[in-house]
Amino acid sequence: MNNSILMIHGSGGQATDDLIQTIFTRSFSNEMEDSAVVAGHQKLAVSTDSFVVTPLVFKNGDIGRLAVCGTVNDLLMRGAIPKYLTCGFILEEGLSIDLLKKIVSSMAQAAKEAGVSIVAGDTKVIEGNGGMYINTAGIGFVDPKVDISAKKAQDGDIILVSGNLGDHHAAILGDRLSIHSEIESDVAPLNTMVERLLESDVELHSMRDVTRGGLATVLKELAENSQKTFHIYEKDIPVSRAVQDFCGLLGLDPLYMGNEGKCVCIVAKKDAQKALSILRHSPYGQNASIIGSVETDRPGQLLLHTDIGGIRRLSVLQTEGLPRIC
Amino acid sequence: MMDRTDIIRYLQSYDGPEVSIMEVCGSHTGAISKSGIPSLLSDKIHLISGPGCPVCVTPSSYVDRLIELSMRKDTCVVTFGDMLRIPGSTVSLAQAKGQGAHVEMVYSPFDILKLAAKAPQTTFVFAAVGFETTMPVYALLMQTLEQESVSNVKLLTALKTMPPVIDTLCAQQAKIDGFLAPGHVAVVTGYKVFDPLAQTYKIPFGVAGFQASQILVALYGILHAYHQPKVMNFYPEVVTEAGNEKAQELIDRYFEPVDAVWRGMGIICGSGRQLRNQYSAFDAGSANLNEDHKMNQKCCCDKVLTGKMRPYQCPLYGKACTPLQPQGACMVSEEGNCHSYFINQRNDR
Repeated sequence: MNNSILMIHGSGGQATDDLIQTIFTRSFSNEMEDSAVVAGHQKLAVSTDSFVVTPLVFKNGDIGRLAVCGTVNDLLMRGAIPKYLTCGFILEEGLSIDLLKKIVSSMAQAAKEAGVSIVAGDTKVIEGNGGMYINTAGIGFVDPKVDISAKKAQDGDIILVSGNLGDHHAAILGDRLSIHSEIESDVAPLNTMVERLLESDVELHSMRDVTRGGLATVLKELAENSQKTFHIYEKDIPVSRAVQDFCGLLGLDPLYMGNEGKCVCIVAKKDAQKALSILRHSPYGQNASIIGSVETDRPGQLLLHTDIGGIRRLSVLQTEGLPRIC
Repeated sequence: MMDRTDIIRYLQSYDGPEVSIMEVCGSHTGAISKSGIPSLLSDKIHLISGPGCPVCVTPSSYVDRLIELSMRKDTCVVTFGDMLRIPGSTVSLAQAKGQGAHVEMVYSPFDILKLAAKAPQTTFVFAAVGFETTMPVYALLMQTLEQESVSNVKLLTALKTMPPVIDTLCAQQAKIDGFLAPGHVAVVTGYKVFDPLAQTYKIPFGVAGFQASQILVALYGILHAYHQPKVMNFYPEVVTEAGNEKAQELIDRYFEPVDAVWRGMGIICGSGRQLRNQYSAFDAGSANLNEDHKMNQKCCCDKVLTGKMRPYQCPLYGKACTPLQPQGACMVSEEGNCHSYFINQRNDR
């Protein structure tokens, strides 16, 4: 086999078959049928996402791991246990086969970690400069008793975030700007922490993964959906020193920076400490923190109590943000 | 010795004469919004945001000239990101790019050297916009262009200096009782540049850094020096009386004073800098870009920039004019007054 992707790899003929057999089937071990037939469940969660990140490989991750974690985390946020993924690859002519192998193997590893099977896939080749794009769709099983939604925050609830903010965004931007730093992407599947929360008796009202738009955008949307007031405290919001310095240098605000392995949870006040302990003792949750509370004084607003005791009203991200972060 | 809590308590309970303090620097406006300082001030202290965002005060004819250059077959315009979305008389550079204009966004002016080396047949024009803070970088770029005999890089300049615009504001408008003076500008110029203004208008200037506590201390100092002709340096870590003399020399070597148009304010004598005559080969046609056209006739950027109107008092603010659909320059740049007020939903007094 040639060492880079050629147009013929997308022909649908022998070359396509070779590519699938040598790279995808080996890693994903799915049946080579027109569709996958899988075992079902009463209540399903379905999600899909496309991944166009550049660079394809970054510190502590790559587009493959991102494509699995992104969809897995979206399913988890509705209280679903992720079970099956499909993946569609769009490969540009000139893509290195070695790089493709590496990315596919990283997908397989992330899928294993998240407990999902990649059961169906597709590959297309287009003209280009050696880039690639991945779409994943996922199905998760939802316990009929679970009812988590963006509208469900209640007066008195406590807001938690599962860890440090801004790492993925800073890692990608730092890479593109050739700024040397120790910052790594936080891309990770959050299945263990979410499954533990679901198995516990913690009264969990809302969950969201903190991706594009950052914490401020996610919480502002939840405040609007529930028509409650979210009060959060700058001093309690976890941001690593390296990301703080990076933001200071470039004039960025960690509250609006994307992550790929972080979530916010809104839980009943009585269960806040228990939820915090579950998050902190789960993989990727060691820096989890209680960052605020839900009240009713100004419905739909997100109020940040700043370090100096001032109040800043936060809105959703209004600018373009960073293109092609995921 | 007062600590931060004492200062906040003082600013909250201040009950003296009503005081209006202008921050001229866009970074100060951003820091004030982000730290929630307005929510900590007594009703008698008014913060006014001034014309301190360089792209916001750049007239539309400058943007039009950039677009005209970028449409040429053999020319590429190179710019910082915040210039892309500033409206010209009809479209912005970003919209022109969508129609095939040659535009590259960079994070440092020196990135233009790599672009120019890769494509020697193309002329690369840097959109050199900024105040005293960024001028040394353009002067360094000029030095490199000169030393390395780079012939396919030019500058389209819209460089401005702070003291003349502060002078104009003070002369036009009676109700500014003090200035939160720009720390980054003062690093280059030294705080002495504000002395003549303090003396002429009998008002205090507090040079401040950009942390919330640095701003609070400066506000406290300005209040205490009410109507006294004083320049106070609250940013001594990096600001000296004389400033960075090497940078000043380098700026003087390449640039000379010129009358400049400020968006919405007209021509202010001696408030700009342009390339000296002997470097005119590096100039992409910066002279006489004086027309200033409003995209929307109801836009009040001019009144906002001069502190005569708060962003939220403009009839377009938050309605026809938002960061996603800006009608005026102040809503475009992250340093713009309207943008900063909008994203932080500031509707303080």
